[in-house]
Amino acid sequence: MTGVPISWYLTLSAILFVLGVAGFLFRRNVITVFMSIELMLNAVNLSFVTFSYQLKNVGGHIYTLFVMVVAAAEAAVGLAIILAIYRTRSTLNVDEINAMRD
Amino acid sequence: MDVFLFLIFASIALVCGINVIVQTQPIASAISLIGVMGSLAVLYLLLGAEFIAAAQVIVYAGAVMVLFVFVIMLLNAGAETRRGRSFMVSLLGVPLLITLLGLLSYFVQRLFPSAAAQFGGFKPGTREIGRSLFTTYLLPFEATSVLILIAILGAMLLARKEVDR
Repeated sequence: MTGVPISWYLTLSAILFVLGVAGFLFRRNVITVFMSIELMLNAVNLSFVTFSYQLKNVGGHIYTLFVMVVAAAEAAVGLAIILAIYRTRSTLNVDEINAMRD
Repeated sequence: MDVFLFLIFASIALVCGINVIVQTQPIASAISLIGVMGSLAVLYLLLGAEFIAAAQVIVYAGAVMVLFVFVIMLLNAGAETRRGRSFMVSLLGVPLLITLLGLLSYFVQRLFPSAAAQFGGFKPGTREIGRSLFTTYLLPFEATSVLILIAILGAMLLARKEVDR
């Protein structure tokens, strides 16, 4: 019994991260774009925990914990911003939210 | 057994991850994202990170995703309209993403070529995590408490209904 290669975990993390980037680039709904960011954060968490295992150091777990805290705070503030945008502009399409570009 | 569990939950995570970005309904994306987070929690358990796995289920799959689902239902977000996206993104997006994935996978393969993770090989309990959190990482820990306080205040301020003065 040899166990799971570390590179498999890291490759899974890379694939999930790229999927998150793809969602961020290609999707037009602001809530789905936000969920893509959460997907990227989760992918990075997986590689933190994997590095922590490989280097036998508890620091990776602590960083994962901090990423979770920041993601929770980010989700609360970001969704509040989405609510405020929807109240003033009545749309969730990122192409129509362009007041700062004009 | 390890490899078997890894393959099952990695494929669940992959399928749900693809589902997140191909579904047009935001609520379907949210449910798929919960699937990704749940299977990642199992992978954390395989890597010996019990506390992180519990926190993943409670904080991410519990609190954060409930917030997402709540906002999706509050705003009654329907299927997104397929409209012409930016020319640059449709032209360069996919090749650049494949390049990024190729580079990441290449460096990842080079990093630990022969290392393998056995279940129980490294298993820090809450004691080690707590000791590290309150000695080495005390300042960042205190900073996150301030961050959460600011986030609570900011969320309340932003989501508040405008009242006529």
